[in-house]
Order: sequence, then C-alpha cells, then structure tokens
Amino acid sequence: MKKFTAVCAAAALVLTLSACGKTTEAPVVEQPEIDTDALASDLNDVADQFGEALSDLDTDTDTDADAADDGVMSYADYAAAALDDEVTVVTYVQAHQSWWDNKITVYCQDQDGAIFLYELACSEEDAAKLTEGVQIKVTGFKSEWAGETEITDATFEFVEGGDLFVAAPKDLTDKLGTDELIDYQNQKVIFTDMTVVSVAFKNDQPGDDIYVTLSKDGAEYSFCLEYYLNGSDQEFYDLVSGLEAGQVVDVEGFLYWYEGANTHITSVTVK
Amino acid sequence: MIKMKRFGKFILSLAAAGLVLSMAGCHGKQAGSDFEMPEAFDESREYEIVFWAKNDTNQTQTQIYEKCVADFEALYPNIHVSMKLYNDYSVIYNDVITNIATDTTPNVCITYPDHIATYMTGDGEIVFLEDLIDDPRYGLAGSELKFDGPSTDEIVPKYLDELMLGDHLMGLPFMRSSEALYINKTYVEAMGYEIPDVPTWDWVWEVSEAALAQNPDGTYAVNGQDVMIPFIYKSTDNMLITMLRQCNAGYSDDMGNILIFNETTGSILKEIASHGRTKAFSTFKISSYPGNFMNAGQCILAVDSTAGATWIGSNAPLSDIHDNKKVEFETVVRPVPQYDPSNIKMISQGPSVCIFNKDDEQEVLASWLFAQFLLTNEVQESYSETEGYVPVTLKAQNDPAYLEYLSLGGSDNDLHYGVKTDCVNMILGNIDNTFITPVFNGSTSLRNAAGQMVENCVKTVRRKGTVDDAYLEQMYTEVSQMYRLGEQRGNVGSRDLGPLPKTSVILLSCIAFAWICMGIYVIKDRFYAKKRR
Repeated sequence: MKKFTAVCAAAALVLTLSACGKTTEAPVVEQPEIDTDALASDLNDVADQFGEALSDLDTDTDTDADAADDGVMSYADYAAAALDDEVTVVTYVQAHQSWWDNKITVYCQDQDGAIFLYELACSEEDAAKLTEGVQIKVTGFKSEWAGETEITDATFEFVEGGDLFVAAPKDLTDKLGTDELIDYQNQKVIFTDMTVVSVAFKNDQPGDDIYVTLSKDGAEYSFCLEYYLNGSDQEFYDLVSGLEAGQVVDVEGFLYWYEGANTHITSVTVK
Repeated sequence: MIKMKRFGKFILSLAAAGLVLSMAGCHGKQAGSDFEMPEAFDESREYEIVFWAKNDTNQTQTQIYEKCVADFEALYPNIHVSMKLYNDYSVIYNDVITNIATDTTPNVCITYPDHIATYMTGDGEIVFLEDLIDDPRYGLAGSELKFDGPSTDEIVPKYLDELMLGDHLMGLPFMRSSEALYINKTYVEAMGYEIPDVPTWDWVWEVSEAALAQNPDGTYAVNGQDVMIPFIYKSTDNMLITMLRQCNAGYSDDMGNILIFNETTGSILKEIASHGRTKAFSTFKISSYPGNFMNAGQCILAVDSTAGATWIGSNAPLSDIHDNKKVEFETVVRPVPQYDPSNIKMISQGPSVCIFNKDDEQEVLASWLFAQFLLTNEVQESYSETEGYVPVTLKAQNDPAYLEYLSLGGSDNDLHYGVKTDCVNMILGNIDNTFITPVFNGSTSLRNAAGQMVENCVKTVRRKGTVDDAYLEQMYTEVSQMYRLGEQRGNVGSRDLGPLPKTSVILLSCIAFAWICMGIYVIKDRFYAKKRR
C-alpha cells in the first residue's frame, strides 16, 4: 500500500509538473463528439459535389484559355475607365512584393501597358506561382493613391494555358520631366547616364526602403528601392546603399508614382 | 463508524482543497512580471540594451534619439544602447509579437498602450512599473540616479493614468499628441464661411459639400483645379471612436466587451457614407495624405495627428510634394469637429515606453534607467519641439526654456513653425477634454475594425453601392469575423481563460486521487500505530 501510494503521488506530481510547466497554452476549445458514420456520408456528398464542380471548371477553363471572356477589358478600356469602376483585365506578372497576410502587391504589364495591383487577395500557395511572365485574370476596382493608378480590392485567377510575357525595359530617359512620362506609369523602364545626387535610408537606418535622388541635365528625380520588392537581395541592397554622389548609373525599375514619378528600382549599373 | 465518516470528510476536504489549489496554480498566468529591484546597480558589468523607437520620418527626431543615447551612455558608460528605428507603430507591434515567440524582445520599446496589452498576453513579459517608480533609490527622481529626472508628481497625472491597467502601470508616457482639424482659412473664408472656435460636424459637412461647386469648365470654383477633396480624415479608426465618444455611444468597456455595433454607429456611418458618395469626404487609405492635398490647394479641411503638423501648410518645413504644386494659403488649427462644442472631446494619443522583463535583473534595471532618461527635460522638450507633441512631464511643460519656445510660435517656419505650436497650445488647453479607449487583449483589433468600417462604407458608396441597414448588418458580421471580435475579450489583468481543458481535468483528478490515497495511508498508519501502542 505504501509503495502504491508513493507511486501514485509521484505520478501525479510528474503529470502536474508537466501540465504546469507551460502556463501560456492557447485556450483549448472543447471538441464536439464526432459521429464518424455521418461524417463519412457527408464527405462522400462533398466529394461528389466537388467532382461536379471540377467538371464544370474544366469547361469554363477551356473558355478562359481562349482569353475572350465576357467582361475582360483591353488595356485601352482599362485606361479609360473611371476611378472606382469595377475592372477586369488579363495581364502578365512582371514582379511582386513579398506576400503577407493573404495579400500581395504585383507589378503587371502586357504589350499595351502596365497595371499595379495593390494588395491583391492571394494565398501563400498561389503567391509562389506568381512568377515572372505568368498570365492572370484580375477583377477589382480602379483606384488612385497619391497619383498612382492601381487596382485595389482585387481577386485573380491564373489563365489556364495562358502564354508568357516578360516586358523589356523601355528607355524613357528623354521623357524625364515631361508630361508624357505618366503615360508609361508602372511600366518596366530604364533611365541611362543618370548622376547620383543622394542616397537616404527610410528611418535613417538600413533595413527599410532606400530613397535615391538622381539627376539628369540639372534636374533631380526621385527613385526608391522598395524594400518589400527587392530588399531581401542583400547584394543589391548593399550596392544601392553604397552609391555615392557623382557616380553615373543606369537604373531599371517599375515606373511607380508617388506625388510624381518615383521609380521602384530593380537594377543599377554603375558606369 | 462516525469517526470514519468524519475522516472521510476530512480526506475529501483535503482532496478538494488540493484540487482548488492546483487549479489556481495551473490555470492562468500572471500577465506582468515579478521583477524585483536589485539591492544596487552593478556598475562593474557591461549591459547591452536594445531600444526600439518610432520616428515620424523626421530626421530631427532621429538625431534627438541618437543624442539621448549618447548622453545616457556618457552617464552610464557600462550601458550600451542599441537603437532600431521605425516609422510605423504597427510594424513595431508586429516585430515585437514575432520576437516574443523567439524570446528576443527588445529591452525598451516605444509603443502604444493597446499594443502593450497584447504583449502582456504572451511570454514577452512586461515589467510592471507601479512599484519601480516609487523606489527611493532608482525610482523616478531617485537618489541613485545620475540625471535630473522628473518625480512621479511631475508627470501629468492624466497621462500616467492612461497607462494603468487594473492596479498595474504598464509603461511610462513618452510624448502626447491628439488630432487637429487643419483648415485652409483662405479658401474657406473665400467661400463665405466664418471659422468657428470649435467647428461642429454639421459645419464641416456643410463647408465640404459647398466646396464641390464647379465652374462651367468643370474645374472647382474654390481652387480652379481639376481636383478637390474638401475633407480628408487621416485616421478613420480615430474618426469613428471620437464620434462615438462625443455621442456617449458604446465602443467597448473596461472588461473588453465589444459595444461598437449599435444604432449610433449605424447613423454615423450612414452620414459619413453620404458625404463619401458626393466625394466631399475621403480618407488617407483611399486617397493619400491629407497634408499633401491641402498643400496643393486640393483639400480645405483635414484631420490629422498634431504629430504631423510640420507637414501641413503652405510654409510647412516638411513636404512630400514638389514646390511647383504648392499653393499659398493661411492655415488655422482647431479641435476636431464636435457634436457639442460646449463639451469638447478629442482623443489622447502618442507614444509610451514599456520595458520587457529579462532573466538578468541588473539588465532590467539598466533598461529602467534608460526609460527614465527619456523623461528628462532635454529629451522631452527637444522631441516635443519636432512636431505637435506635448511633453508628458509638468517639469518640462513649465520649464522657462519650453515656455519661451511656445511664446515664439510663428516667428519662423522651422523650429517655431506656427501650425505646430498652435497644435501644442490647442492640446495644452484641452488636456481635460482628451480621452483614451479601454485597453484589453483585442483592443487593437477593435480599433482596426472601427477604421475598416469607415473605409468600407466610403469605398462602397464611391463604387455606387448602398450603405443601408442591411449593408451595415452584413458588414458588422464580416468585420467581427475578420478581426475576431469577441474571441479575445477580457481585460488582460483578469481575463477569463474559459473552461478547463479535458487533459487538465484528468490530471487534476489524478492529483485528487493521490491526495486521497495519501490520506488513507496516513490514517491507516496512525490506526495501526495506536494498535501497536
């Protein structure tokens, strides 16, 4: 009896200690009793419905592949749409910022023009498939924030059998400072023989965006290394951080807009 | 037999007591820390203190932080402060939450009280300060401090109260600000309106709608431009919270009950939506910074933090827009719009400082010394002068040097920029009219939900949708789910952790069973011992 009691007490003590050792467990939700037969039956029903839905999808996808869905706008129609209008476009991913909280910000372009998708609804799994050149169909609302025209509150789907398109950077050096520059908003662009004026870290410390001011023919222009776009590329981050006033560079990037042109740079060549 | 029954009761009572004690010990966690002040600060050791701070994209603030660190390290050469700067409280919040999981929280952190409440629910223990501030040696104005810091009485009592959670002091206030209504006086008066000392919501909506009048060529009459967004509110969560408070309507209570889904909220949202539909009103999230539009003459009424005052006005020292887009106008500062001008209510906001507990009590003491240093006059005054901030200490507020700074308001467009000093004077004159919202685990989510509802309503009507009772009902449900309102309820200091998990019940039953067995053994042993005697 003595041994039995001691063993019981020790066991209880050990169990108690193990239970109390971690006092910050998330609240446990009581699990309802599960009727396994009913569950199996329900699962069969769901599987049947899922199968039907899949076969419906197959038919729909064939139509998508023809890229002639009702409601899909040409780039010209999109450009002409009023702010706050609902828009649907088919376009090609060129790059994207880092995925977060089921949202992703994407730079898109086709042969006719570019579109910026701000905080597109996107699962992490789909985000991994948003590779350069992939074709997507997007539905959202045309919006404008600080001069940047974009699609917000959008959803998307991959175009089954869609082709690939990777835009070549357009040299807009001669458009700098002109009213025409905004016509190329969000496109992949290059500016050549620019002179470095200054480099400044957001928050005055490395680890976030870098603001770069470049000049051409005496006029200064704003550029930005957007941290969520390519801040994780340490070699590139260091290159931009280390630019010195007076250096001559070619810069590539996306012609983003914030109260004026504010290209998000993706490549810098020091001459 | 009777005696045996009494023994049985005794055993059961013992077991029950054990059960109760075990439950009390196992279920629930002290949200704060049990840091105890060491006998003395050990200056023979070296300490590395990590300090996460927030600036307003203002280089002067960065320089002040850097000087503060350098001055502190000069006084305490064995304490090394490593500073990381942010320009967004929500990013600090996310980083702290991430680092709680890896036990790599900073030592000292600039943050919001709502956020501290959430930190307290994790393993990243916050050091409660209610005992520390009164420590005669290392407390506020303590005898062992190497600097002239404020005493407890010299901190604005209201600001200290804002950081009390139950009986605990979660942190120290660092700076205080509020919101202001910035008005383009030139344009408003040109429209034939006089600017009241305390504008009402009715006045603001009327002027906003009037500003949409257009010329025959489609430009706006008030500015002659193609763009006019008469009224922009920067922080829509503050907007709804303030409007509800002014109406004495529900938002939340101290126990964390969610009260925001009420009739007054519906009426307010419908009114906001009606002005969103005409595009007389917009928000930062929909359009951009109100100051940028205002400085370009494209907005005449803007509500923004007083901590953004240096970005607003024709002669603002800071600007995000090109000079060729700026227009000339006179800016005046007023309290945020009110429902009852005789009963002003405006939100109190601004950064606070919290300290995270660490295994090394000496390290925590070093953190506490640095946190106090942030309240010294030089830091308080120089930081408050960078924006429309008010020092949190009476010692700084009443310092002749600070009073001279305020008296020179408007004399230049740099340190004494008039819009900024007007904001400070407006807050100082309304300290008793400021309010805060209850802090609890989930209060950050509720705040976000409040802003989301305003944004949703404005977006919906801009997109030709309708905001009616059915819409609001649906939105309340969606927002509740999105922000999991109600799931995190309860004040951190006394939160209800819900029913015991089954595993705990089994374990506790084992303990009770062990107690019973031990009791039986003891009784049996005594019984045989008596017999042997």
